[in-house]
Amino acid sequence: MHWKTKEKVVENVLFIFALSSIIFLTGIVIVLFREGLPIFGKVGILEFIFGPEWYPTYDPPGYGILPLIMGSFVVSVGAMILSVPFGVASAIFISYILPKNLKKVVKPVVELLAGVPSVVYGLFGMKILGPFIAKVFGLPTGLTGLTAAIMLGIMALPTIISIAEDAITSVPKSFRDASLALGATRWETIRNVIVPTASSGIVTGIILGMGRAIGETMTVLMVAGGAAIIPEMPSLAKPLAPLLDPLRPMTSTIAAEMGETAVGSPHYHSLFGIAIILFVITLFFNIIADVLSQRFKEKVSGE
Amino acid sequence: MMENETKTIEIKDLDFYYGDFQALENVTFDIPENKVTALIGPSGCGKSTFLRTINRMNDLIDGTRVDGDVIVEGDDIYKDEIDVVELRKEVGMVFQEPNPFPKSIYDNIAYGPRAHGITDTEKLDEIVENSLKHAALWDEVDDRLDQSAIGISGGQQQRLCIARALAVDPDILLMDEPTSALDPVATAKIEDLIDDLKEEYTIVIVTHSMQQAARISDYTAFFLMGEVIEHGPTQKIFEKPENQKTEDYITGRFG
Ligand SMILES: Nc1ncnc2c1ncn2[C@@H]1O[C@H](COP(=O)(O)OP(=O)(O)OP(=O)(O)O)[C@@H](O)[C@H]1O
Ligand SMILES: [Mg+2]
Repeated sequence: MHWKTKEKVVENVLFIFALSSIIFLTGIVIVLFREGLPIFGKVGILEFIFGPEWYPTYDPPGYGILPLIMGSFVVSVGAMILSVPFGVASAIFISYILPKNLKKVVKPVVELLAGVPSVVYGLFGMKILGPFIAKVFGLPTGLTGLTAAIMLGIMALPTIISIAEDAITSVPKSFRDASLALGATRWETIRNVIVPTASSGIVTGIILGMGRAIGETMTVLMVAGGAAIIPEMPSLAKPLAPLLDPLRPMTSTIAAEMGETAVGSPHYHSLFGIAIILFVITLFFNIIADVLSQRFKEKVSGE
Repeated sequence: MMENETKTIEIKDLDFYYGDFQALENVTFDIPENKVTALIGPSGCGKSTFLRTINRMNDLIDGTRVDGDVIVEGDDIYKDEIDVVELRKEVGMVFQEPNPFPKSIYDNIAYGPRAHGITDTEKLDEIVENSLKHAALWDEVDDRLDQSAIGISGGQQQRLCIARALAVDPDILLMDEPTSALDPVATAKIEDLIDDLKEEYTIVIVTHSMQQAARISDYTAFFLMGEVIEHGPTQKIFEKPENQKTEDYITGRFG
């Protein structure tokens, strides 16, 4: 075969592979909406999203997913409150304080943690962290929003650390040198130059970590307790109140209930409806993360 | 040779190593107060390395080692009790590439004073204005102090970096090829500026341009392979160099 023909063949094969993956993905999205939209028609989109009662198998059934959304929200925000300070501090530590040869070991190890199957985290949360939390707070069960939030926070750490560390390391050394040469201390340099310059990159890491927390299924299914109730409001006296009850986030609802629904039933459509909401939320997070990392690149290279 | 000058910086038997590689060998000379001292020599001869020993910026590079003495205003700066942060307040530095922070023009200038505890806005305003005027940049930017410093021209950025260094009120200003990234007009502005600044500051400048060294400096040190081959008043170095190698380098017959 002539080399030009060969090249054409390679080109076309690659094109077909690329095209089919796009077709598969689009197909999934189409099916998702085809199966999910009917529930919006049946109960109304606002009632679906803001309805306070999730009783899909009762008579009359309740198809309000507010408790599930709140469950996801509370658990994810709790996870972020835990993982952001730890994650950002670790990223700063790894990029600025750890000697280079140690960094070469620590960074990949942290990234490896992202690859641990979530069922392993779930098992740990269920059998070790859960009982511990029940004991500390004197609760009837350790499978609570707090347990899920802690586990998700730990699971989001590798994402946050890895992306924030990249952002911090890619801040030009010349900024650091300029600051130190002006007689600023190392800490002032980190706080006033490095972190602000890397901020959009760091926020990207946080948002992707948060996306991971919202979409995580297996762990929350195992440790969150699974009660579809709207979490209690926090108060000064009980700041942890929303987290101390069993919760049921969106993802675990789908996973737990999919098996027992009849195809085509309203319950079935409502689970797809939840999937649409999840899809939109995570899409939204990814778009923000993208925009921010773009902005970070511009900032470092000069607008 | 410098009987009437006060010595601000004295360098004695200075050796410097990057790991096993010796980048400076037995460097000994004095840098007088309120004069411009130019460091010249071929690429890789150790000019930048030497400059960075004066404000200890080499400390940031892993595996470096210093032998000998660098005495700045009477203090041996490599003694244990020396506070590097204090040293760098007295010894400012302007880098080869303009490196403003991605902050506003105002915040760039105010950065050093703020780091040293000045919070009073009136005082900061005054420092910013004075430093920018000193660096001959005020008229060009006074109406856009809150704009990002990344958006101004390269020559303006370099003067901004000079202003930023001046804002800390140092005694000594180290400049590493401050005009190498600039066009002739911007270069001329910075050269004029250096001429004004030497009234108040001791300036050490690395340059690859013989004309520049001749135009702006009072003293010149010629570096070659980590050693100072010759040092003295600029006029003498350029007109009657003692060492053949110096003459070869200055006249462009080198290598
Ligand atoms: N960070 C470093 N690690 C190891 N060696 C270095 C480092 N920086 C410089 N060197 C070496 O030290 C020697 C002196 O370098 P230096 O940058 O001081 O030269 P220079 O005179 O400033 O050159 P130029 O005119 O090109 O800027 C060179 O051989 C260089 O390769
Ligand atoms: Mg150099």
